Amino acid sequence: MSALISPPGPGRAGHVVQRLLRSRLAAALATPHGVDRYLERFNPMWAAHEVRARVVSVHHETPDAGGNAPVATLTLQPTSTWRGHRAGQHVLVGVELPGSAKRHTRAFSISSAASAPGEQFTLTIRAHDEGQVSSYLVREAQPGTLLHLSQAQGEFTLVESPATPTISRLLFITGGSGITPAMSMLRTLLRDGYDGHAGRRVTFLHFARSPEDQIFATELAEIAAADNGVDVHLRHGDQLFSEFELRRLVPDYRDTDTWLCGPPGLVELVKAAYDDGEPNPRLRMEFFKPAVARAAQPGEQVEGEIAFTRSGATVAASGASLLEQAEEIGLQPEFGCRMGICFSCTRTKTAGTVRNILTGEESSLPDEEIRICVTAAAGDCHIDL
Amino acid sequence: MSIDTTAAPADEKYHGLTAEEIERLGTELDALRQRVIADLGEADAAYLRKVVKTQRSMEVAGRALFYLPVIGWLPAVACLSVSKILDNMEIGHNVMHGQYDFLGDPAFNSRMFDWDTVCPGEQWKYSHNYIHHTFTNIVGKDRDVGYGILRMDPEQKWHPYYLGNPLYAFLLMTFFEWGVALHDLEVENIVSGQRKLADNKPLYPGLLRKIRRQALKDYVLFPALTGPLFPLTFAGNVAANLVRNVWAFNIIFCGHFPAGVASFSEEETENETRGHWYLRQMLGSANIKGSRLLHLMSGNLSHQIEHHLFPDLPARRYPELAVEVQEICERYGLPYNTGRLHQQLWSVFKKICRYSLPGGEARVAPVRGPDAVTDDSLAA
Repeated sequence: MSALISPPGPGRAGHVVQRLLRSRLAAALATPHGVDRYLERFNPMWAAHEVRARVVSVHHETPDAGGNAPVATLTLQPTSTWRGHRAGQHVLVGVELPGSAKRHTRAFSISSAASAPGEQFTLTIRAHDEGQVSSYLVREAQPGTLLHLSQAQGEFTLVESPATPTISRLLFITGGSGITPAMSMLRTLLRDGYDGHAGRRVTFLHFARSPEDQIFATELAEIAAADNGVDVHLRHGDQLFSEFELRRLVPDYRDTDTWLCGPPGLVELVKAAYDDGEPNPRLRMEFFKPAVARAAQPGEQVEGEIAFTRSGATVAASGASLLEQAEEIGLQPEFGCRMGICFSCTRTKTAGTVRNILTGEESSLPDEEIRICVTAAAGDCHIDL
Repeated sequence: MSIDTTAAPADEKYHGLTAEEIERLGTELDALRQRVIADLGEADAAYLRKVVKTQRSMEVAGRALFYLPVIGWLPAVACLSVSKILDNMEIGHNVMHGQYDFLGDPAFNSRMFDWDTVCPGEQWKYSHNYIHHTFTNIVGKDRDVGYGILRMDPEQKWHPYYLGNPLYAFLLMTFFEWGVALHDLEVENIVSGQRKLADNKPLYPGLLRKIRRQALKDYVLFPALTGPLFPLTFAGNVAANLVRNVWAFNIIFCGHFPAGVASFSEEETENETRGHWYLRQMLGSANIKGSRLLHLMSGNLSHQIEHHLFPDLPARRYPELAVEVQEICERYGLPYNTGRLHQQLWSVFKKICRYSLPGGEARVAPVRGPDAVTDDSLAA
């Protein structure tokens, strides 16, 4: 596809070029737009600061998924600006969907073992029905497709190195797509020479909807069969999480370093098993974005709660603009025209549904920039304010 | 022609439109706006990316041509001037209005973009997007009426200082980017005591940083990179900035200052509805007729009327909107102020000279109906 899959990357010449492009001189010459705005004119894989990637290959994980949403693993070649990732981290992926000029950005967990700067890595993605971005990436992305990335982010990571003797045992509990960050950690452990014989065992407990829906099935079977100190327990269908079963697998689970990632139902059950009145520091969690209540029908009485996440304040949605509602409870967000033209009051809605007061249009996109003077809540919503 | 500086009654100001008519006008314009929003998409994105590509190519070409001694100089200045004009007008002004925020591309996001002038985009957005576009042509509130330097309206009280009107206008034209940069310091309000010097303190770091970066780039680094050609490159960069200054000044002055453009008082605009706001935008702006090249190079501010009605719609949509806005104006008996560039410039020039002297025509708009005053009295 592209003649230049690899950026002016490794090698001494590449390093010199990179250092020049990131130098203060380059920045001073390219002000105010920045070096990347000029480099992209020549090749989108040339970058001094921003991170982009080309899809190298697409592997369909669950060809027999039947009625379930398909899953694919995308191998990405990032630009040389990629700083690498720690196992368990995620990355923001921006794509321009065909037929829409808008760039959509979503977070996806990285499934491959910890990567070094500029190194290839993989995303394993389930195509959710309502997820335009995940659907596109699983069904339509092809070798050569260009993606806009953030650096790796997130603190749900494998903290201790496998060589650190403080860890006596590791426990992963995951459900559905929540397996992805745990898989990255498991792969990292095995790649870096994790030695189960020193009394440090790994227990990998995963819940999937059905055997057909089980991703990484072959690799997990191989890991389970190998003599490596890793126990893999896969549960399918009606086999829900139970504290009784966990105690049988890992008797002292409450004192075991645990990584938990999965849908809200599973998270609730596991948390209840660990928390003894107060949160258990051994339990590390990664949430899927919380589901937010559905929107009211147009004309229907609005019910919902507005959470101003930065200030921690909440207020019941009244149908008034978010700006007015914020002011009502004593917040003082920046504003200008109060009629939707000047963009002074633009804020990010991280989740939930809002309605444009001028047009009546509703939107439920996550991480959307909205002008709070002409936007009202249409159900529960979270505003970065 | 009477010299009457008292506010005209609201119905005259609004061309005899009743409150219901004004609301209907607002509804029609809202519908027009909605139709364009629903249609925004790949064509708008492709257009912007094409303009940006042209601008960046021009810039790179301009910087490179300075290495060709003598014969390269004029083409270099031309390329760099075009680059700066495109950057400031069709790209910068419009992107910073939020016209392309819908793309979700950080490179074209109004909160992140900055333009190739000494004025920090962050400060300009406050005085322009908020103050100027919300309080358009309200004397005493819209600081773009004369920019705190010139007397452009009879409502502005005359003072011997204004004898220098034509000179100040010439200086503002020559140093336009600096004028725009210093505009946010509201010097005139500090002189009049409405603003404290300390209020400007938070603005200095951003302003100085931007000036330092722009000056370093254009007047030190790029000239130095051409080695012995330093003086030529330096002069070329000064020339390109000057060309941009003159062009931008002229386009912008044609937007609100030709004869016939209405201004408003704070009393008149109290308790304004959305319909009134639309009407004020229409009466307070003027267009320039011309070729597609003129529209491109003016950042489509040649469609100032449409820009003021729909400041956050991509400017490339203004020509198509203009057809319908004109039709609406005709139907409501409203003036649609437009003319060729030289006509509008001449009109502005006369105004700059006229208001250097005391007085000036009354701001009475023609009333619709049998005994209506004709448009000629305004165009005089």
